[in-house]
Amino acid sequence: MRFVDEFREPELISKTAEEIRRLAGAKRHYRMMEVCGGHTHAIYRFGLKDILPENIELIHGPGCPVCVLPMGRIDDGLAIARQPDVIFAAFGDMMRVPGTQGSPLEHKARGMDVRIVYSPSDALKLARLNPDKHVMFFAIGFETTAPSTALTIMRAKAEGLRNFSVFCNHVTIIPAIRAILDSPDMRLDAFIGPGHVSTVIGCRPYEWIAHNERKPIVVSGFEPLDMLQSVVMLLRQLNAGEARVENQYKRVVPWEGNRAALRAIAEVFQLRPYFEWRGLGFISQSALRVNDKYAEWDSEQRFTVPGIRVTDPKAAQCGEVLKGVLKPHQCKLFGRECTPEHPIGALMVSSEGSCAAYYSYEHRKAAMENSLIAIS
Amino acid sequence: MCLAIPGKIVEISAENQDTALVDVVGVRRRIDLGLLQDDRPVLGDWVLVHVGFAMSRISEEDAADQMNTLRMLGEIEGAMQEVKGYGLEDIN
Repeated sequence: MRFVDEFREPELISKTAEEIRRLAGAKRHYRMMEVCGGHTHAIYRFGLKDILPENIELIHGPGCPVCVLPMGRIDDGLAIARQPDVIFAAFGDMMRVPGTQGSPLEHKARGMDVRIVYSPSDALKLARLNPDKHVMFFAIGFETTAPSTALTIMRAKAEGLRNFSVFCNHVTIIPAIRAILDSPDMRLDAFIGPGHVSTVIGCRPYEWIAHNERKPIVVSGFEPLDMLQSVVMLLRQLNAGEARVENQYKRVVPWEGNRAALRAIAEVFQLRPYFEWRGLGFISQSALRVNDKYAEWDSEQRFTVPGIRVTDPKAAQCGEVLKGVLKPHQCKLFGRECTPEHPIGALMVSSEGSCAAYYSYEHRKAAMENSLIAIS
Repeated sequence: MCLAIPGKIVEISAENQDTALVDVVGVRRRIDLGLLQDDRPVLGDWVLVHVGFAMSRISEEDAADQMNTLRMLGEIEGAMQEVKGYGLEDIN
């Protein structure tokens, strides 16, 4: 409970933790998946596992866009950028993600024109500033980020800016949840629903999880109290044998989502028949591509894309960790060959990846405790 | 990348209603308002900003809460780096 003192409303947190212990009892085991990588990071940072009773197990979900991107897509994007006069623009999160021949940052060191942007509209600005070059924006993210990419493409078309295109890797969260529920080795009781994705898609798209799969889901905020309250809401439903969609994060998430953002997605993108997810394999209708109306701003239609497929290093067990079958430290490479400084799997790259989060908080804590034992 | 950063709208230009200047703890950058077409913010409103786009209108109290969340998550530095980088300023 090391961060407890820093929390706001510590009494309320203690009371909520007490309520969780009371509701969870000891008779059964609860397996809850937090879908969003932001929640995974928060759980480790706040040491929430130390607060929750042992019979509540949190399983880390697929909601880290960098982590689920197969290495072949990075190779494909870099292959486009290797052509003359192309600028590779991406968010900072992408820069250290390893491709077969190194990360975008390593390619930059070898002379590729690689730029960090913090907004897709800044990639567009780069295109305006470099009329003799072609700017390829390497787009990643769930529904939180997809509308911004969509609007940027609409603005490029309206402006008639033709030296700009998007290499689209946007994915959608619902098919990933479906794939996890369909996976035979996965047994889950409930979901902690993503916060910021839901500002866009709202809460309705989760209704099938409650109605058809009979699993409760609570859309949650990111503070310790938010997540503990969400666990209380889930326990109440589970104990009553109910399965509903509830919204704990009402201060930010409207039930209907953001319709203007959904319209932008619908205007520019269409669903791919299938897309490969790292660790989960091919999932049908789980990703977006730029539609034909905006073909000119689609890197995959403007350039020849090699379509590289890379199998992950056999020893790395990213898939099992991603599905929650293994805990991060149970992977053979964890903390040895694969560390945040030298990541082999993508789960170790992003701070939202469960391996990096586990390494930063749990692993160091354990190492410190071990060295203390050695001293004493 | 998944940060949602609270900012206060301090200027909306007359010629381009689709962008606004926001203030995030003293740093001012231009952001896109295009995703709030159905719920247009006005001067003085607070919004949650994600990758340079306003994603939702929030109350001042929720903005303070969100800033606190970022602080607790250890993401303030990253958030400010992101905001400072908008418009290709303070970059590379």
